[in-house]
Amino acid sequence: MTPSDTGPTRTGPPADVLRPHAEQRHADELAALARADDRVRPPGWRLSPWAVVTYVLGGELGDGTLVSPKYVGDRRIVEVAVATLATDRALLLVGAPGTAKTWLSEHLAAAVSGDSTLLVQGTAGTSEDAVRYGWDYARLLSEGPSRRALVPGPVMTAMAEGRLARVEELTRIPSEVQDALITVLSEKTLPVPELGEEVQARRGFNLIATANDRDRGVNAPSGALRRRFNTVHMPSPATAEEEVGIVARRVDEMGRSLGLPEVSSGMEEIRRVVTVFRELRRGATEDGRAEVASPGATLSTAEAISVLTQGMALAAHFGDGVLRPADVAAGVHGAVVRDPVSDGVVWREYLETVARDRDGWGEFYRACREVSD
Amino acid sequence: MNTTDSGRVRVLGVRHHGPGSARAVRTELEDFAPDAVLVEGPSDADPLLSLVGGLEPPVALLAHAPGARGARSGPRRSAFWPFASFSPEWQALLYAHEHGCDVRFCDLPASVSLAVEDGGSDGGAPLARPADPLAELAAAAGYDDAERWWDDTIEHRGRERDHLPNARSAPALAPPSPFAAIAEAMTEVRARTAPGPPPLHEARREAHMRRAVRSALRAGHARIAVVCGAWHVPALLQRPKAAEDAALLRRMPRVAAETTWIPWSHGRLSASSGYGAGVRAPGWYHHLFSAPDRPLERWLSEAARLLRAEGEHVSTAHVIEGVRLCEALAALRGRPLPGLDEAGEAVASVLCEGSALKAERVRAAMETAERLGRVPPSVPKVPLQKDLEAHQRRLRLRPDAEPRDLDLDLREENGRARSALLHRLRMLEVDWGVPVADPVRVLGSFHERWRVAWYPELEAAVVDASVWGSDVASAADARTRDRAAHADLTGLTTLAEHCLKAGLDSALEAVLDRASARAAHASDTAALMDAVPPLARAARYGDVRGTASAPLRRVAAMLLDRVCAGIGPAVTNLSEEAAEEMCGAVEAVHRSAVLIGGASERSWWDALVRLSTRSGVPGLVAGRVHRLLRDGGRLGDGELLRRLSRAASRGSEPQRAAAWIAGFLGGEGQVLVHDEGLLRLVDTWLCALDGESFGAVLPLLRRTFGGFSNGERRAIARKVRTLGVGPRTASPGSEGPEESEASGVDLDRAAGAVATAALLLGREEG
Repeated sequence: MTPSDTGPTRTGPPADVLRPHAEQRHADELAALARADDRVRPPGWRLSPWAVVTYVLGGELGDGTLVSPKYVGDRRIVEVAVATLATDRALLLVGAPGTAKTWLSEHLAAAVSGDSTLLVQGTAGTSEDAVRYGWDYARLLSEGPSRRALVPGPVMTAMAEGRLARVEELTRIPSEVQDALITVLSEKTLPVPELGEEVQARRGFNLIATANDRDRGVNAPSGALRRRFNTVHMPSPATAEEEVGIVARRVDEMGRSLGLPEVSSGMEEIRRVVTVFRELRRGATEDGRAEVASPGATLSTAEAISVLTQGMALAAHFGDGVLRPADVAAGVHGAVVRDPVSDGVVWREYLETVARDRDGWGEFYRACREVSD
Repeated sequence: MNTTDSGRVRVLGVRHHGPGSARAVRTELEDFAPDAVLVEGPSDADPLLSLVGGLEPPVALLAHAPGARGARSGPRRSAFWPFASFSPEWQALLYAHEHGCDVRFCDLPASVSLAVEDGGSDGGAPLARPADPLAELAAAAGYDDAERWWDDTIEHRGRERDHLPNARSAPALAPPSPFAAIAEAMTEVRARTAPGPPPLHEARREAHMRRAVRSALRAGHARIAVVCGAWHVPALLQRPKAAEDAALLRRMPRVAAETTWIPWSHGRLSASSGYGAGVRAPGWYHHLFSAPDRPLERWLSEAARLLRAEGEHVSTAHVIEGVRLCEALAALRGRPLPGLDEAGEAVASVLCEGSALKAERVRAAMETAERLGRVPPSVPKVPLQKDLEAHQRRLRLRPDAEPRDLDLDLREENGRARSALLHRLRMLEVDWGVPVADPVRVLGSFHERWRVAWYPELEAAVVDASVWGSDVASAADARTRDRAAHADLTGLTTLAEHCLKAGLDSALEAVLDRASARAAHASDTAALMDAVPPLARAARYGDVRGTASAPLRRVAAMLLDRVCAGIGPAVTNLSEEAAEEMCGAVEAVHRSAVLIGGASERSWWDALVRLSTRSGVPGLVAGRVHRLLRDGGRLGDGELLRRLSRAASRGSEPQRAAAWIAGFLGGEGQVLVHDEGLLRLVDTWLCALDGESFGAVLPLLRRTFGGFSNGERRAIARKVRTLGVGPRTASPGSEGPEESEASGVDLDRAAGAVATAALLLGREEG
């Protein structure tokens, strides 16, 4: 993509696009919000902070337009995030996998800049070029360094156009590449020494990064970079019902997209797996009566989904087509026990002190015992 | 209210413990310069007002009814009126004290309010009132949180000045008095949410306040200021006939009540401590009231200072960004100024860089900002002192300055009661008695020795302890619960032991609940192991003292189960010192396991069996485990012999082998003397060694036997001599094949070994 004159106003997506961008999906809502929004908009913003919060959390506008909630959770999180962007501090969303970090960052970018596509996907192989700019080598060779030979990266584009850039999985990017962001965030300029030029960020530029704080082997951002971010911690779903709902919906979707044979509803199993994950994560049983130890594993909503999807596959291909405790026991064990020694103790304790005596959990308890012994 | 009155009386409606209200009251009083101040508080506490100058807030006015204890079901025995430096009422009292004007409490006397039952025999009326009258006002202003609304409109008033240059030198910019608006708003709220006459008790309170205003007017005061809860303002502004109020105040129930000042604390002011009119964050309010200007900037700087003290790198830039975030958030939320919520979020997102754990630590430290008040010794005695005196009389235990020793027999009722009293006082940090180690202390002894002496400082300690309750039992109970909230697992089990000794059964339950909760999170099995013995011991004390020890046993058993689940990894790969500690811990847990019994004891034995074959267990611990198994009859001699040989075989590292043997024998020479089976086992193993192995083992053995006393070594040697003859006649064929091999001993070849063994065991016997 080039910083062309089409700007952030995009034409609608073709109908068969697999996954339209947030600003395309919710174009109507954004337009309605922009109409209804009479509050002060920070320079370069398409909506006021209040309207951005309303877009993300949902609500009803004065003209009767219903804005669908994009993020279900604590209002304060969204408020802090939006206020951070409004103070032109960079925003870092951290949290366990599966806590809607990317989801929130996409919607924030869509609402603030009308464009969620200026994205750097962090991987171990992300180079400085991807963060800043690269070269069109054919042109570079034929014409020498020139503005035309320069291929701006998403961050550079965002700076030039005064929009939001997103960096996904910041902690997967090698440390020295991460540090390329420091100048961008503190000086708000991106020098291009080859041309003796620089790109100065226009008002409205800011950066949203997401990072996973549970996986090991990541490149923790340097203190210097960290200081340029306000950090917002994304929590796991607050209530069991909320989480069961999310898991059930996603398992159903994934089952269909993987073309798994129909497996009769495993609501009971879904509820059980979510309960086990939540209790181990929280360190207490759902009724709050007893406390349990937490293992080192993340046990995110996303993992519960994959355990259940795997269980569905087992039930469909090797079982009787009904999701049974035995189908999920191995998956649960694998998700909980990452470190055979310490997690093994935690899991055995959980089975003996919680699972064993719970009504209707007998089969699950026996299946897990079989797997863990 | 007639016009002359309205000029003479000003009613200042406040929120209890609101710093903005406190500021406003102070300004209003200085402006009005009253010669009489009436404050909402029990009117029978008036004599105590002369002591205000000597108090250091937070303090509380305590009223209690000594006679009401348990006499009837229902009546409250005591009530508190806490005052912090940021309480408007306190500022009013302080103003009156500093300016020498007449000051009185105007609410119903405590003797009446204590006699009125909580549930309301006067018609269950309290329930009919809106739970929070301010919520109506807040909702009207578009707030879902009444506290926040009040903060925004009242408490944060006066802070606007802070953002103007030269604010201090520009008194003209001071906000106008809020009290007229409050009165008007509350009149509206009362008319809408609680129309009609108020319930009896409230009507009486307000009648009493009006009567106090009338008598102040009659006394000829020119300017009278009344400081009371905002809710009561409308009732004080309308002035019915004196006779109506008099009728209301007739025939009220009364009890004999006594009042005094006691020290209070911020922790007990906070709403989370269960105090009804409490505030969410006393530390924040104290800060708002005491900070001269820029409270937000100061608050975040203080948070930064706290974090730096913990070794975090928090720069001034962090604080600046924190303040900016607060202001952006306040603007986004439509609040006039950033408040505690915004400050908390800035601390979490900017200063702590997203770490919820750090943010929570800062929050806990700053929002409560624990602070203890003081009262001078001249205040009337607190109920706790009186209760203690009653105990002293009843138990015939006089507080003498002269130290003396006390030997209590716990089988007698008086002995038990005395012991409980002394233990409870110790829980309250009133160290009247100090336990003395019994020269012949036996586990679960019926005797307890104390050294008792009463120092003058103890009086102050009792006053300080009165924060916790009005009698020794309930104060000790409350103190224990508070400690339990902050104790680690070992601390908790020790507390449980103390609870039992002090006879604090309900606190014991709380402590045990907490202990089982903690145990679930204890990743450190060693810590769990340390926690088991005190509990098992306590269960045993319980038996002696005749109290129920079932819950103790239950928790001890639960702890033991967790130890059994995690002991494997815990004893693996330890340093030498750690192994020594672990060895002691295993021993202690073992003794406790036997005391606890039941399924937990069985699972402990299973854990020991598992441990005995586990690799990576230090020699000392492995040896000890084998010994425990053998003593418990869980390991046959044949198998044990095999393991002993293997542990001390040449393939095994010499240090480990030495440690194994040391652990197995456990530094007790006496056992070898008295336990012939054990001695024979060691003997059999030794005799079966070939020359080279024997040479290798010798230094190790020397090390172990070197630890025994001379007498022990001599006794063992004597025993070994008889052993040579004894075993074969006593139990022929009971030993393994080694035995028969030993019977064909070549005396000449053995002579060298015997001589060395003799040397090893004690020369004289050789």
